[in-house]
Amino acid sequence: MKYIDEYRDKEKILLLASQIKKISTKKIRLMEVCGGHTMAIQRFGIPDLLPDTVELVSGPGCPVCVTSRSYIDKAIAFSKLTDVIITTYGDLIRVPGSSSSLDKEKAHGADIRIVYSVLDALNIADANPLKKVIFLGIGFETTAPGSAAGIMKAHLAQLFNFSVFSAHKVMPPPMAALIDEGVDIQGYIGPGHVSTITGSYIYDFIPKKYGLGVVISGFEPLDMMQSIYMLVNQFETNKPKVEIQYSRAVKTEGNIKAQEILNEVFEYRDDWWRGLGVLKMSGLGIKEKYSEFDAEKLYQVDVEPTKEDKGCICGIILKGVAKPSDCNLFGKACTPSEPVGACMVSNEGACAAYYKYKRE
Amino acid sequence: MCLSVPAKIESLDGEMAVCSVGGATYKASLQMLDIKELSIGDYVLLHTGFAISKISKEEAEETLKLFDELEDFNEILDEEERISGRKII
Ligand code: SF4
Repeated sequence: MKYIDEYRDKEKILLLASQIKKISTKKIRLMEVCGGHTMAIQRFGIPDLLPDTVELVSGPGCPVCVTSRSYIDKAIAFSKLTDVIITTYGDLIRVPGSSSSLDKEKAHGADIRIVYSVLDALNIADANPLKKVIFLGIGFETTAPGSAAGIMKAHLAQLFNFSVFSAHKVMPPPMAALIDEGVDIQGYIGPGHVSTITGSYIYDFIPKKYGLGVVISGFEPLDMMQSIYMLVNQFETNKPKVEIQYSRAVKTEGNIKAQEILNEVFEYRDDWWRGLGVLKMSGLGIKEKYSEFDAEKLYQVDVEPTKEDKGCICGIILKGVAKPSDCNLFGKACTPSEPVGACMVSNEGACAAYYKYKRE
Repeated sequence: MCLSVPAKIESLDGEMAVCSVGGATYKASLQMLDIKELSIGDYVLLHTGFAISKISKEEAEETLKLFDELEDFNEILDEEERISGRKII
């Protein structure tokens, strides 16, 4: 397939591997921020291609993984209201809440539907005027403009039975928080698809303030290897900067039109991240102007007190401090078919990626 | 969910397009791109029903070219190491 196969050329991958080996003299730990990268790294066996000096650790970029249990609990509470249809991306449906999951509620008769796009949720709202359709808006800057576009469309069409329950988040605050916390990393493999929207300039503060490099990477093995090469090179020559490896899709300024859509509907607010706690201005809430489409403002529900699972170390895995194999439950009590924590549910979660590609 | 795939534009109809990925076709909203800059045969990144970025042919080729340059660089380094008899990097 075009724009895929040419980035999987084995010979070139091995060539880059030997290049990295050649230039790498000092120990370096690189964090891949994006869950899509975590998955690609495990799938293509990238760690096996790298010299002992280069270590990769997963970061906080799996949207399902960082979403709070109280969000799931609230979504479940919404699903119990009369005449409500919950629409959600498939990833979220099996994430454990405090005592249930959307999947379990669906089995018990709640009207919960998996959609591929917010546009599908709008169609459901249009076709069911007597029902209230709530869309679960999760994800980072890549996904948030879609939810914003959905709200703007609903506004235009006066589709008042549609609303969004936003848990959208933005990437720079956790990237800063991790360094502030002293997590041992020397560079970031920057999120490729988030950056198509935001542009690369939003990471400029990382080399400036912290002296760490950021390379925005594509998702094919050659992309990833090249990005690692670039980061190792920056580190060895002591020239940290923001570079775009994924230049076929990412521009410095990003996608301005998508940014405008996002900013029309959303405003920044403090938000909670698994592993990192509350981070200032790291979440996206719906602006007052569109409050008629804000599920949190529209529906009051009683939510059970949040219970976190004991033994799940998902939080510190998302900080690059531990690996899935450090968790006592990994592969035993916790598997993709019986997930204990969110990191085992989503394909982009580190635990699920390790389980799928390391153990098979 | 965060996955986006390179999809080829098969047909255009106002703000919507039909795109293909491998053998499958998908509808895509073009609302986040400049429609004037899109034509049939172009590739876009498709994400949850929206085309979020047009893939630049030139940049794609540029990236691939870099790999070839690395190959040359590799040879130069090897050569220098061979001549000088010491490891350069
Ligand atoms: S293996 Fe399961 S329980 Fe352990 S950290 Fe991962 S998600 Fe949590």
